[in-house]
Amino acid sequence: MTIDLTQFHDAFYEESFEAIGQMEESLLRLDVGTPDLELINTIFRVAHSIKGGAATFGFAQITSFTHTLETLLDELRGQRLKVSAALSDLLLRSVDVMREMLRAQQGKQPVDAQRVADLQFDLELAVVQKGRAPAAAAAAPAAAPVAAAATSAAAAGGEAARGTLYKISFRPYLHLLARGNDPLRMFRELRELGDLQVTADVSALPPIEEFDPENCYLSWQLRLRTDAPRQSIVEVFDWAEGDCELAVKVLESEPGTVARNVPTCVPTSPAAARPVSSEAPPVTPHSEDNEHRPAKVADVARSSDASSIRVSVEKIDDLMNSVGELVITQSMLGQFGSLLDGAVGERLRTGLAQLERNVRELQESVMRVRMVPISFVFSRFPRMVRDLSQRLGKKVELKITGGETELDKTVLEKIGDPLVHLVRNSIDHGIESQEQRQASGKAAHGTVHLHAYHRGSSITVEVGDDGGGLKRERILAKARERGLISTDDQLSDEAVNNLIFLAGFSTHDQATDISGRGVGMDVVKRNVDELGGTIEVRSEAGIGSRFIITLPLTLAIVDGQTVAVGDESYIVPLTAIVESLQLSTASVKQVVGHGEVLSFRGEYLPVVRLQKVFAARSQGTRDPEDGLIMVVEGDGRRVGLCVDELLGQQQVVVKTLEANYGHVDGIAGATILGDGSVALILDIAGLTRSVSESLAA
Amino acid sequence: MDVTAAKPSIVTDSDQYLTFQLAGQTYGVEILRVQEIKGWEKPTRLPHSPEHVQGVINLRGAVVPILDLRRRFGLGETQYGRTTVVIVVKVGTDHGELTAGIVVDAVCEVCNISAEDLRPPPAVGSAIDSDLVRGLAMVGDGMLVLLDVVQLVSRTLIESATAPKAA
Repeated sequence: MTIDLTQFHDAFYEESFEAIGQMEESLLRLDVGTPDLELINTIFRVAHSIKGGAATFGFAQITSFTHTLETLLDELRGQRLKVSAALSDLLLRSVDVMREMLRAQQGKQPVDAQRVADLQFDLELAVVQKGRAPAAAAAAPAAAPVAAAATSAAAAGGEAARGTLYKISFRPYLHLLARGNDPLRMFRELRELGDLQVTADVSALPPIEEFDPENCYLSWQLRLRTDAPRQSIVEVFDWAEGDCELAVKVLESEPGTVARNVPTCVPTSPAAARPVSSEAPPVTPHSEDNEHRPAKVADVARSSDASSIRVSVEKIDDLMNSVGELVITQSMLGQFGSLLDGAVGERLRTGLAQLERNVRELQESVMRVRMVPISFVFSRFPRMVRDLSQRLGKKVELKITGGETELDKTVLEKIGDPLVHLVRNSIDHGIESQEQRQASGKAAHGTVHLHAYHRGSSITVEVGDDGGGLKRERILAKARERGLISTDDQLSDEAVNNLIFLAGFSTHDQATDISGRGVGMDVVKRNVDELGGTIEVRSEAGIGSRFIITLPLTLAIVDGQTVAVGDESYIVPLTAIVESLQLSTASVKQVVGHGEVLSFRGEYLPVVRLQKVFAARSQGTRDPEDGLIMVVEGDGRRVGLCVDELLGQQQVVVKTLEANYGHVDGIAGATILGDGSVALILDIAGLTRSVSESLAA
Repeated sequence: MDVTAAKPSIVTDSDQYLTFQLAGQTYGVEILRVQEIKGWEKPTRLPHSPEHVQGVINLRGAVVPILDLRRRFGLGETQYGRTTVVIVVKVGTDHGELTAGIVVDAVCEVCNISAEDLRPPPAVGSAIDSDLVRGLAMVGDGMLVLLDVVQLVSRTLIESATAPKAA
């Protein structure tokens, strides 16, 4: 029977990336000098489970690397090795490499083998160097082919003599090995029962010319102190029954135990020896521990996770669809209910009102399932800040608050990159050098503050720093130099600050590889716009600056205004609407070469008639002078949208057209209205972009 | 769902087909691709779509495109009547599993057609792209055109959606 393991790959990658994140986080919290053992255990556990997973799927490179890492971690765990800053760096680099290897594996791409090998060598080196330290009590080199006396690790630890002391005499016949019995295995099993001492009797060894390597010439005397019943000792030798003479005697017993002799075995053929007795039990005491302990610890970790389960987003979407259907059915019933008169109708309406409440609660619960805490994104910053501040030679402390604030997974996935940009900017541009800070009487280390909180149905994420703030004069100078503003423009502080969101703007005198190529802030703004959010900046010279991003909690639900255009209705996201005007009173003019233009608060906005843009086959029967013009803003541009009628505002569940069809220009998605029909949601940013492109053309 | 079986080919053993009428001709689609049959309702039009895509409908919460087969095959306008229905099919394509509706004049029956009754489509001389036809079969005294639903849906829907928009 073969099982197709590839079906588990995704789960492995997902869990591994999560685990690596956890490992990184623990490493960052690890104090040099006085490490928290619990943290080291966590790190060890993570490495171990990744190794296990990788080995299962046959990812040899990852397995081998994690194995080396695990060896080093085990030294740390056993406190045979001290956590130093260099070591912590080494471990962090290992985390990076592991992540890279996993990515490469996932994308079926080659990995930088040299880098992996170098780092693996460094790791091994770290382990070996520790070996020179006094603590190297391990590796018991078994004494020559004579006798090997091994004591278990526990004995060295001075465990009090507890349990019964057994004397076991084990005299195998010559053919013991040929029957597939391995004395080593038996001794190992015995050692698990308690404290074992083994002495080999080599007296039966023949001269070398008579020596047959397949024969067993040795016999052993064992002393075992254990709590286990005698039966379990005899059981160890079960398979050797008939191939040996075995005697188990009680030497010292705890009160109540009776000493008895157990002769076993039936004789068969004559005896000989096995030459390689150095192979006897001794190995290293902890090598065995390694194999058992982590598994147990990992079990504990797993059981503590049992309160949450992993569910695919697809299943939740299915659930959302069903709830959406329920909402439609419920509103349909509501319409019927309002037609009924009398006592029955009254009771029906009461029931329907109850149903409506329940359905709404259900919908909210399902939405909440999609919510994840923003700490998933925040968790990458401690590492980044650490690396960056080291590279820039600045001291920066990162403060994170509100990591438990929840938002929709789809939003979460897209907010990471903008935040990285902002934090980089804060460290690179915002926080001054140590000397500068001290000169201006500030603490030597700067602070970057990530803060998240809910405000209504949106989430606000702030990136603040206590650096120099935005430099008005330099921004103005740069803007004039680039021709973004004219020399005599008088701008408010806010307007000046917003200049940094323009494309190709960077004030840092020297572009570093961290930031300063002027591709930063405009991209941040565009990303935030795409999510239907806003970004603003507050800054005070010498005190610091703060970037405030406000985002919708979810992309799955949109507050929309339903509008009628011709015989179709469309949904316009409320966040995009600036104002609606009567077409008759609005000043719309025909401009040669530009089509219709709306004069709106001193600006001239292009007018969009949807029938035209969408090349609709429908006949817009209405008088073009009748109706409304809606000023909408998207992607930083405003246009006037002609609509016939405003139909009402409602929250709608966004459905993608791509699932069964494909992308349609100017359409962000679709939703299902209360009457069961499909309405399209306008992509205002896409519309304004295509309008300005067509004007430019 | 077999994506690779998209080429017009002779099926190996007896298959069940749902047959339907379109402009007087009988067509068939593999019954295993058919999810359901529902009455026609006016879909919501999609901008920039070719004329054989009528729009999208709500199918129990999913937004499903509707394909006008008459227009696709150049057979004139659909006369909407009591028997006009939408055959909802589910097909696996390079773009994942798609659900789509096909408007037809009327559904007829389910029939078994064995491999030996199937003949390859004529290379030329048909209004329909031979790529979209799986084969021809004689049933009773009429001829049945068996359509390749996977090709039909992926070629007409996906390509039209991703094609550059009309000016």
